[in-house]
Amino acid sequence: MVHETLAATNAVVTLDVALPDVFWGWFVTMNMWAKSIGTGLIFMLFLLLRKNSSDMSGLRTPAIIVSFVMMNVFLLFTLADLHQPFRMWHIFFYPHWTSAITVGAWMATVFVGLEFVMVAMMIRKDKCLLTNNAIASFDKLLFWVTLLAIPVTLYTAGIMAEATARELWQMPTESVQMILAATLSGSAAIILLGGSKLSEESQRFFGAILGLSALMAFVIYMSEYIFGAMKSEEVAVILGYVKGNGEYATMFWIGQWVAYILPMVLVALSRTSGSASILKLAAILAIVGLWIVKHVWLVIPQLLPLS
Amino acid sequence: MQLGFLVDLHLCMGCKGCEIACKVENEVPLSTWRLRVKYVDVGTFPETKRTFTPLRCNHCENAPCVRICPVSALHYIDNGIVNIDKERCIGCAGCVMACPYGAIYIDPETQTADKCTYCAHRIASSMMPACVVACPVEANIFGDLEDPKSNISKYIQSHTDVQVRKPEKGTNPHHFYVGASQVHLNPLASKREEGYNLFNKITKLPLGGHH
Repeated sequence: MVHETLAATNAVVTLDVALPDVFWGWFVTMNMWAKSIGTGLIFMLFLLLRKNSSDMSGLRTPAIIVSFVMMNVFLLFTLADLHQPFRMWHIFFYPHWTSAITVGAWMATVFVGLEFVMVAMMIRKDKCLLTNNAIASFDKLLFWVTLLAIPVTLYTAGIMAEATARELWQMPTESVQMILAATLSGSAAIILLGGSKLSEESQRFFGAILGLSALMAFVIYMSEYIFGAMKSEEVAVILGYVKGNGEYATMFWIGQWVAYILPMVLVALSRTSGSASILKLAAILAIVGLWIVKHVWLVIPQLLPLS
Repeated sequence: MQLGFLVDLHLCMGCKGCEIACKVENEVPLSTWRLRVKYVDVGTFPETKRTFTPLRCNHCENAPCVRICPVSALHYIDNGIVNIDKERCIGCAGCVMACPYGAIYIDPETQTADKCTYCAHRIASSMMPACVVACPVEANIFGDLEDPKSNISKYIQSHTDVQVRKPEKGTNPHHFYVGASQVHLNPLASKREEGYNLFNKITKLPLGGHH
């Protein structure tokens, strides 16, 4: 934090009662992580329907239930992170539409509502109110839910972009990272859920999505890590927390290895060896590592003094 | 009308009278501040001096806190003040993340966001903000930026070194400084010593939960 400090001035802050630092902690990490899995599973289910619909049988119900549960985990942690959680209804009765938080809350609510309908369809197949063919209705609805999953995935990047004080979070990068987090965790989740129900072709397909998502996300993080400091003084200081002996350097690299590097290697190994177990290990690591990666990136900009 | 603030740092002597007046007027809880004075020591002994910078909400024309607030708890009022409705605030801390000046905090008693409002309640009764009244050297100049005859407009016209904090953020602050250097305005221009010193172990009230 001495980038502009000259020996001649030797300026030292001797009194600054700065306000408390980390406001968005691990509750928000849980929020982003659970949402990535929730919407990611929808993306993967839709891809599976288009690519190999015969593999869908037996996967619709568990996949939609897991997605629904993860979306509810996301909503729960969103609510729990509020300092006035009992006023959550204000978002719906006093909405402010320039806020990505408002737009996201509305879209996520509609999304979870539609998922609830899909869960009900699959559980009450024989008593489905919409049509006699629950599976056909499910597949039709899946298209619209997949469309909605795109902005639901992206809106958190919008919130980060609106956080003007946090220079590290840039909108184009964060939106790409949000989508990649969804494809990474979604493909990992469907590999684990599908198990032997997935054909070898589908397993290879989702393995490729997992590996490529990890690769692209890792490349973006490394680009930020190496080049970010060259454009902005604030980014340079923030990245200091994950470089050298920085407070979050160890956690950052653990996240990069567990979420991206090891899954990439394991996906490659599973493709050469044809081992489903190695692919599952890659999937587990990717899901666990994503939490760590998200948490580090969430916290470090909040450590920067603003005054 | 567009109310604004100017601090002449040539005059400020760091007495913290403004800080105390603000605390008392607005009943600001322990460990939080709507207005605070930052001290930065410059130079090497014996050639040293201490600089003082009062920091408060900048009441930006393009306020990130207003934009991100999901329930319009943060809003503009007719005289240009960025005000806050604590009854509406849901405590999401979006404004805390958005304000590039670190001017917003979560009130540990109400669990809602709070900040300087230029003493909007006093303005409504045709009184000056408490910090302006308390300043013994009239370093705080407050008035209508749209009135060329107001004290603040005249001050801005007659000084060449009028600056704002972090102009690159595009927030267009309505809070100005005269006589400021990078050490005053740029948080990255000064060292912050690690470990214990007289001022960095401030008692904080718990905010509850998960930080």
